[in-house]
Amino acid sequence: MANVISDETIEYVGILSKLKLDDAGKEQAKHDLEQMLDYIDQLGELDTDGVEPMTHVHPFSNCFREDVVTNGDDRENILKNAPEEKDNMFAVPRTFD
Amino acid sequence: MSKEYETVIGLEVHVELATKTKIFCGCSTAFGAEPNAHTCPVCTGMPGSLPVLNKQVVEYAMAVGLATNCDITRHCKFDRKNYFYPDNPQNYQISQLYLPICRNGYVEIETGKLSENQKNALKGKTGSDIAESGEIKKKRVGIHEIHMEEDAGKLVHDDWGEVSLVDYNRSGVPLIEIVSEPDMRSAEEVIAYLEKLRMIIQYLGASDCKLQEGSMRADVNLSVREVGSTEFGTRTEMKNLNSFTSITHAIEGERNRQIDILESGGKVIQETRRWDDTKFESYAMRSKEDAQDYRYFPDPDLLPVDIADEWIEKVKAAQPEFREAKIERYKQEYQIPDYDIELITASKRMADIFEEASGICGQPKKVSNWLMVETMRLLKEKSMDPDQIRFSPANLAKLIELVDSKVINNSTAKEVFEVMFDNDTDPAKYVEEHGMKQENDEGAVKAICEKVIAENPQSVADYKGGKDKAIGFLVGQVMKAAKGKADPGTANKILKELLAQ
Amino acid sequence: MSERLNELTAGALGKKIQAKEVSVKEALDATFAAIDEKEESVHAYITLNRDAAYKTADEVQKKIDAGELTSPLAGVPVAIKDNMCTEGLKTTCASKILYNFIPTFTSTAVENLQNAGAIILGKTNMDEFAMGSTTETSAFGVTRNPRDITRVPGGSSGGSAAAVAADECAYALGSDTGGSIRQPAGYCGVVGLKPTYGTVSRYGLIAYGSSLDQIGPLTKDVTDTALILEAISSYDKKDSTSVNRTDTDFTSALVNDVKCLKIGIPRDYFGDGLDPEVAAAVKKAADELKAAGAVVEEFDLSLVKYAIPAYYTIADAEASSNLERFDGIKYGYRAEDFTDLHDLYKKSRSEGFGPEVQRRIMLGSFVLSSGYYDAYYLKALKVKALIKKAFDEAFAKYDLILGPVAPTTAPELGKSLSDPIKMYLGDIYTISVNLAGLPGICLPCGRDSKGLPIGLQLIGDCFKESTLIRTAYTYEQLRGSF
Repeated sequence: MANVISDETIEYVGILSKLKLDDAGKEQAKHDLEQMLDYIDQLGELDTDGVEPMTHVHPFSNCFREDVVTNGDDRENILKNAPEEKDNMFAVPRTFD
Repeated sequence: MSKEYETVIGLEVHVELATKTKIFCGCSTAFGAEPNAHTCPVCTGMPGSLPVLNKQVVEYAMAVGLATNCDITRHCKFDRKNYFYPDNPQNYQISQLYLPICRNGYVEIETGKLSENQKNALKGKTGSDIAESGEIKKKRVGIHEIHMEEDAGKLVHDDWGEVSLVDYNRSGVPLIEIVSEPDMRSAEEVIAYLEKLRMIIQYLGASDCKLQEGSMRADVNLSVREVGSTEFGTRTEMKNLNSFTSITHAIEGERNRQIDILESGGKVIQETRRWDDTKFESYAMRSKEDAQDYRYFPDPDLLPVDIADEWIEKVKAAQPEFREAKIERYKQEYQIPDYDIELITASKRMADIFEEASGICGQPKKVSNWLMVETMRLLKEKSMDPDQIRFSPANLAKLIELVDSKVINNSTAKEVFEVMFDNDTDPAKYVEEHGMKQENDEGAVKAICEKVIAENPQSVADYKGGKDKAIGFLVGQVMKAAKGKADPGTANKILKELLAQ
Repeated sequence: MSERLNELTAGALGKKIQAKEVSVKEALDATFAAIDEKEESVHAYITLNRDAAYKTADEVQKKIDAGELTSPLAGVPVAIKDNMCTEGLKTTCASKILYNFIPTFTSTAVENLQNAGAIILGKTNMDEFAMGSTTETSAFGVTRNPRDITRVPGGSSGGSAAAVAADECAYALGSDTGGSIRQPAGYCGVVGLKPTYGTVSRYGLIAYGSSLDQIGPLTKDVTDTALILEAISSYDKKDSTSVNRTDTDFTSALVNDVKCLKIGIPRDYFGDGLDPEVAAAVKKAADELKAAGAVVEEFDLSLVKYAIPAYYTIADAEASSNLERFDGIKYGYRAEDFTDLHDLYKKSRSEGFGPEVQRRIMLGSFVLSSGYYDAYYLKALKVKALIKKAFDEAFAKYDLILGPVAPTTAPELGKSLSDPIKMYLGDIYTISVNLAGLPGICLPCGRDSKGLPIGLQLIGDCFKESTLIRTAYTYEQLRGSF
């Protein structure tokens, strides 16, 4: 089964991934994605009915912290790597939600 | 309108939990800090940082689930919800989609008996939003699920500059999202449901549930359908509703918008809309860059949560007495009217103050009076919630004792109470410092009475001529001359004695 | 002194330092001299930590002299893969998007080494965000294989493996998501171990595939492997997936004895695509272990070919989410011109990430997207469960599994990236180990006719590093010096 990635799909993948693709980039990405999906389709050969999907390899659970404040004011460090900062906050292009 | 429509409403309610620290790191959740002062590598999405779950979040979520008749998911997991936005530092939010902690619950609501919030929110409204008054209807609203998740940071919009600024102090504050079934049919039911949830959660101490401050937020999913239809219409989701009033407005506005679309032969589009309470309209929040495809998958950084029976039993055992039980107990224990009990138990804070103050001064009726009259009046005047009450039960009890022992009279007590209400001032000290003690020396009061009689011959004549009411004016003059420090009862008695001579 | 200090194993150098035969500064001088001499051709490092290293060396020397630091690693210089956060020392993941990122905290594994008195020489080159098998996807230039500088060192921990092979450090830390420690160890002729998932804290490791990533040592011999693994393993409350193990005295497994040890060789590992010279060297190693008393059998592991598609689905899905945080807002590269927020995101990410990273992010986003999640991502998680089960069955019969680490020896530079799928196929022997969370070790077992090292891989059941170390140590004695 050969996968075909449409222009709309690659556009959509670009939106999900937040990657800007020029025309050449789109064609390359379509080709790569088609090829990989064809390859991954091999998994369809395996019967996985009734198999529980495995997220964690170890059967461990319940890792908790107690509700105790351990962190102080670390603003200086947190903002150290910011490309743009103002009034101790990270600056982004003007945005409304 | 040729057809009759029914509104179908489901709610997604976000509640900020009252933990001391964030859900996945040891940063404080306290309000009011300087921007980004409560942040660390985890809640700012620094590379290499990893989340570790706050146990208290699980316990609060379980407590709310148990109190709303939910099944607790014995094996639950966290998932990542992926979307890009600057208030979301990792560009994914850790939430629960596939195995939320609670499912399949309900709460019982009562409509027909309008609460203060309902009355305010419904002011000026008529029609289907208001049930027939007087008739109390009980109804179950189903809870589809409750899940745990992290809150986002805050975007601050600079009015002059070209930038928005991001503060991550709220990023990672624990939330539960309570998703109802589409069981509500009117704004009145929605508000009754929200009030019920708020009461339960406040009683549990799991959150302060303040709509205005955002610690309780409701998104409204609404569709309309013709009366009698069993199919649901296409629903929209409305956000940015931060008061009961805006919820009521938004429901009305969206209902009308959808009916207009259907009536003109159009189709409602499933979308997220933002309610603007100043313009009284909603607008779609869609943009090309918001794919609304969150690519949820289990978070590999967090282990599943397994909840054993013993843990559930422990959380159950720690649950407080809820309102219904409290009402029954008050009826047995305290000699106060049912109406007072209803109002006092509507807020756990109020009920706690009542019980503690009554315990100290042994006069539940008087405590109840202070709560029902002066406290309610001041709360209303200052647009405050009972949760914001600052005075301590001990000081209220002390105030009652000051009146009982005639150190101050009732009107002075009210004056002192106003100060106490604002600052939790010690009433005894305040009375002392401000020289407000009642004049209990009858000789001194008598002197004032004599002076007042001499200065008000007309009133004296009226009284003597049979107008009993004139005594009231004279008592008032005595109180005025005594700067309020006289006991009106004593003044009344002495005046009558003098006038009878 | 016949051997130069930088050529010593970590254990040997550490002993000399503790015995005051050598000062920490002398060890550092020798190592930096080697770095200065070889970096131009090898380019194992992205960032050197020279000044801070000398400062730390002084402090460590004082503590050793005062008897406060007695660890065998005290004063021994180490190279760290550039995806582990080091406070105050640039950490780039070999990506333009983190070209200027200076972490404000140190990863737990590195901190454990620092507590033992290790001296950090610098940060080593790697495939960008550990995505690759050659170290050629680095934004900061390729690393060359010290055994033959026309060839790749392998990847993604290519810089770490090359630094060890070139004696530009006593030992190094790498990370392994699908073979990224073991395969470069094989190509460079050094020892590399990927621990059981959860043995070494991932706190401070910049994530690629969170459910697969593990930090591990790259060393000159198996003794060092045990020593370093013991030092970096710890139960870390900051990493929820960290496992509380009590069996981490790995040096006690340095025993020359494989009698009665049951070793399984998967027939499926010796099929098409395996270089005959590699196959011969690996079989010879198995024979030597057999001669030393081990029971060696061939068996069918099954599902081998499905590990690669399952792996790339899971790893890329996790990566697409893990790498969302790189958006030009909080740290790292931000595009210069943009029209609005989303343009800022897209330009910063497109200019900041290289082609292989973008390819994986897009595949990962796609397999998680609405309508494809069940068919791809969930399916891969089910296949992962089947692969884990196949290993469980194998380990019911065998103490460990033996095979090659890669189908070939190190390829020439510039030959691998053009065909991604062919490149991915090279991971066939290493990838399933990560899917099943198992420990695996790679050590040299010979050279091919071109003189390139061949890697032998031993795979153990979860938490059985000691069996791996014992077997590898025994084999190393049988093999003699490499």
